[in-house]
Amino acid sequence: MTRRVVITGIGVRTPGGLGTKAFWSLLSEGRTATRRISRFDPSPFRSRIAGEVDFDAEAEGFSPREVRRMDRATQFAVACTRDAVADSGLETTALDPARIGVSLGSAVASATSLEREYLVLSDSGRQWLVDDGFLSPHMADYLSPGVMPAEVAWSVGAEGPVTMVSDGCTSGLDAVGHGVQLIREGTVDVVLAGASDTPVSPIVVACFDAIKATTPRNDDPEHASRPFDGSRNGFVLAEGAAMFVLEEYEAARARGAQIYAEVGGFATRCNAYHMTGLKTDGREMAEAIRAALDEARLDRTAVDYVNAHGSGTKQNDRHETAALKRSLGAHAYDVPVSSIKSMVGHSLGAIGSIEIAACALAIRTNVVPPTANLHTPDPECDLDYVPLTARDKQVDTVLSVGSGFGGFQSAMVLHRPEVAA
Amino acid sequence: MNGRTDSGADAVVVTGVSVVAPGGLGTEEYWKSVLTGRSGIGELTRFDVTRYPARLAGQIRDFEAADHLPSRLLPQTDVSTRYALAAAAWALADAGVAAGTLPDYDMGVVTSTSQGGFEFTHREFNKLWSKGPQHVSVYESFAWFYAVNTGQISIRHGMRGPSAALVAEQAGGLDAVGHARRTVRRGTRLVLSGGVDSAFDPWGWVAQSASGRVTTATDPERAYLPFDTAASGHVPAEGGAILVVEDAGSARLRGAERIYGTLAGYASTFDPRPGSGRPPGLRRTAELALADAGLAPGDVDVVFADAAGVPELDRAEAAAISGLFGPNAVPVTAPKSVTGRMYAGGGPADLVAALLAVRDSVVPATAHTTSVPAGYGIDLVLGEPRALPVRAALVLARGRWGFNSAVVVTGPTR
Repeated sequence: MTRRVVITGIGVRTPGGLGTKAFWSLLSEGRTATRRISRFDPSPFRSRIAGEVDFDAEAEGFSPREVRRMDRATQFAVACTRDAVADSGLETTALDPARIGVSLGSAVASATSLEREYLVLSDSGRQWLVDDGFLSPHMADYLSPGVMPAEVAWSVGAEGPVTMVSDGCTSGLDAVGHGVQLIREGTVDVVLAGASDTPVSPIVVACFDAIKATTPRNDDPEHASRPFDGSRNGFVLAEGAAMFVLEEYEAARARGAQIYAEVGGFATRCNAYHMTGLKTDGREMAEAIRAALDEARLDRTAVDYVNAHGSGTKQNDRHETAALKRSLGAHAYDVPVSSIKSMVGHSLGAIGSIEIAACALAIRTNVVPPTANLHTPDPECDLDYVPLTARDKQVDTVLSVGSGFGGFQSAMVLHRPEVAA
Repeated sequence: MNGRTDSGADAVVVTGVSVVAPGGLGTEEYWKSVLTGRSGIGELTRFDVTRYPARLAGQIRDFEAADHLPSRLLPQTDVSTRYALAAAAWALADAGVAAGTLPDYDMGVVTSTSQGGFEFTHREFNKLWSKGPQHVSVYESFAWFYAVNTGQISIRHGMRGPSAALVAEQAGGLDAVGHARRTVRRGTRLVLSGGVDSAFDPWGWVAQSASGRVTTATDPERAYLPFDTAASGHVPAEGGAILVVEDAGSARLRGAERIYGTLAGYASTFDPRPGSGRPPGLRRTAELALADAGLAPGDVDVVFADAAGVPELDRAEAAAISGLFGPNAVPVTAPKSVTGRMYAGGGPADLVAALLAVRDSVVPATAHTTSVPAGYGIDLVLGEPRALPVRAALVLARGRWGFNSAVVVTGPTR
């Protein structure tokens, strides 16, 4: 008998307000949280806007020592972990630590701290041979992203498998998919799974400037993220995090836990095409969707809502639209599809988990979040993208998809446990 | 084959291997260096290292990227990715897998790196801050990130199956192979897997030193001395290994030329929180991997140790091994002593060494180490390689902050 896996706790740190309640208000009201970058002076850059999180480490309860040690993305992950555990009502101290795992996603990990330390060591870029007289002992903590899941593990006392899944922009979906698998196969009973990224730093902004992947719509930050709109011209970078308590279903039920959703299926494929480019046919994403539905043992017509990758680049929106038609057939035209990146931006490795949180809340509230800023759809994007305002709808089963550099294409199916065959 | 699940799955075997290591480019050169103790450790020559306290490195000196990769890949890849791409191609050739051997969705890629494309990104940080954002490379967005090797290998070889990049510092390479095994068990016929690292630019170099675990010794023969009374830290190295992990039935079906061995067991754990007073998780990890393989400690013919080269960590590992197997009850070795520590590449290289030990019925010696404290209670193979039949080997890896991973390999005929 296959073990089933459910989400019993959620923690988020996203642009536009802290915590799950603020997050869901923003989405269900169709408000946007993208703005001119305030974390550094963005004026030398092509794209100067982002979704920033108003995160106060001290108010979150981090000690000065922890703040010095942990990168911003790590702090986000730990804060979300605390919230997720509290939300789940799980007494982690009463569990066998060996039966708790951690699966954390991130694309650029400690980029913020790396850049800060680089400026100190290199005299703001003047020295190639860096000056080790200014070396912080924490430099080794930023060199490898492994420290991030380690901090999450310490925060809950996990001693089972602990890992970072770093699959670029599908990390957030893939890390949760990995955690689900660890429970299904019986290795552990509980996994803290999710993702965190804080890429709003000069080096990452410059990366995407160089390939014109981010939007230059600097004069109108609130309306700059326009997935599926004919006028869209790139994504809006963002930071954020979401963590979940994943539990084996029978154990969760036995303790009377609240259940947001069951993770019914997950699959990932690679396009083996280009590190950043996408073909227009959507073939591999469609295959991932097919495999995820297959694992969930659900027909494609069961999907009540599709949470799109919807980054707001021309190539993504067309690729994804093709993938949905290819995998869902005629149902692609009947099912609402929306992109929350229109409101919270694109937080790289984290967004896949933030979108899972949105899916879980859509199931809980029977509300489909909208695609903000969508006024005139690209004629090649002809599905129902839920423009501007949220929609009340019975939502039992959700499909969430992601696409990332490296060619990764991932799909996850979440549903009410009662939906399972 | 998507419906297949873990229960009753076929064996998962290794049908191709390749190593890119200091002193040993390619599997057989690597194995020769390990068996003869030919060290790849010397003073780092990529930049003027004399201003820094640590100067010795396991540096790859005989790899000309242009000889191994299409020229269009050179501007867009860090040196670590070039190693990964070369190793991947060699491993596939070794396994007799070419384009079209298997359908695209039946082949996946799972790799690990602990540092990403670090030298590449250091250059881009330098350009950004010394010249301005418009000077940053169009390749920086994907040359740096930790998924780069999985993505590049997937593209080069048309592998479209389930793929991933895992990071668990120096334990990540074994985790990648463990996850490749899981992926095969769930229905993907072949997964290319392993790990590679390199960070031999000045920033990467001092960042590695910041761990406090890098030796400042200056004699290459007396620098990285795992389990030695004089252990003073490790020598950082670059390189790694890639393995072709395959479903046994599928390998038979396509007429695979050879099977190096079976990935019989895998486990990973995490140490208790610092200050908890409870023992580290390495022994438990080894026990779980053995249980997964259905083997008892007495079935294991050799242990490939993590071999940190830091007294406190060596003592803890020796205690785990002697506690599980009994004092001096099983030969222990550390081929890393000739290469230095290749971070995420170290575990997969040890795995290849273990499979070659199975093939050749020989256990390599731990180079450079001469004097092991009696209290460690381990039979560390020293001096000369030891000839003995190897039917099952346990490979251990640890990562900073508390990662533990273990893989059990068994011979093809077991």
